[in-house]
Amino acid sequence: MLTCKDFLEELTDYLDEKTDAEIREKLERHIAECPNCWVICDTTKRTLRIYKGMKEYDVPRDVHSRLMVALEKKMATTR
Amino acid sequence: MSPATTPVLVVDQVELDLVTKSRAGDQSAFASLVNRYEGKIFRLAMNITQNREDAEDVLQESFLKAYEHLDQFQGNSKFYTWIVRIAVNQALMKLRKRKSDRSVSLDEQIDTGEDIVVREIAAWDPDPEQQLNQGELQTILAEAVDSLAPIYRTVFTLRDVDGLSTEETAEALDLSIPAVKSRLLRARLQLRDRLTKFFKRKGDDAFAYM
Ligand SMILES: [Zn+2]
Repeated sequence: MLTCKDFLEELTDYLDEKTDAEIREKLERHIAECPNCWVICDTTKRTLRIYKGMKEYDVPRDVHSRLMVALEKKMATTR
Repeated sequence: MSPATTPVLVVDQVELDLVTKSRAGDQSAFASLVNRYEGKIFRLAMNITQNREDAEDVLQESFLKAYEHLDQFQGNSKFYTWIVRIAVNQALMKLRKRKSDRSVSLDEQIDTGEDIVVREIAAWDPDPEQQLNQGELQTILAEAVDSLAPIYRTVFTLRDVDGLSTEETAEALDLSIPAVKSRLLRARLQLRDRLTKFFKRKGDDAFAYM
């Protein structure tokens, strides 16, 4: 029998779909019987989905310009 | 038998060409590399340092260092992984300086097992993020990441936000694969805990704490 602690330790691989079929089946049986682990699994999955859906971070214009200026300076002095 | 004993890094031909040209002295090729990755590097630097000024320094120092040491870049890893590694080191240095905290480290010993803490167990609303405007959601997400310890937020940002593989994250951070995995698990669970405060189904408070 899988304990909740065992389940948590496999959670990352499970969410990344890296567990082999046998462990996967055990984990799924555990979730089906353990409401707490089901909630943890579901809400962790959704946490990752929300973060992955974040849009790409644009560098503020002023930050970008200063980076390019610093780079040009560097390029002028090397090579 | 598949030749899967070593992690397969997807070769990005465009990136490779840009690196080759940059090494040969093509400055516009290097500028293209900057354009490709500055957003991710800046976000990573913001996530680690939690300070805009420091993040900007990290961004500049990372690309300047990369340019300077381009001949040391080994073509067997991605340029992106390489610059991430430079940026992480720069960012951690900033963090140590600011917090004058010697304990800021990515490879500190972490007990496996007992410190996996799950505090909030409550089901979420079906689409909780839809009930917030974009600005509110961004603030909640950023604050949750900021509340993590540096090691956790760094691993989480690389692995789950930027989409590096576990192997690439390990390489960028100079950590073992099990170390990346254990940090990732803790990071994910802690974020889940934090978000649960905002997203849990109304009326579930009774069983929210155990
Ligand atoms: Zn359980």
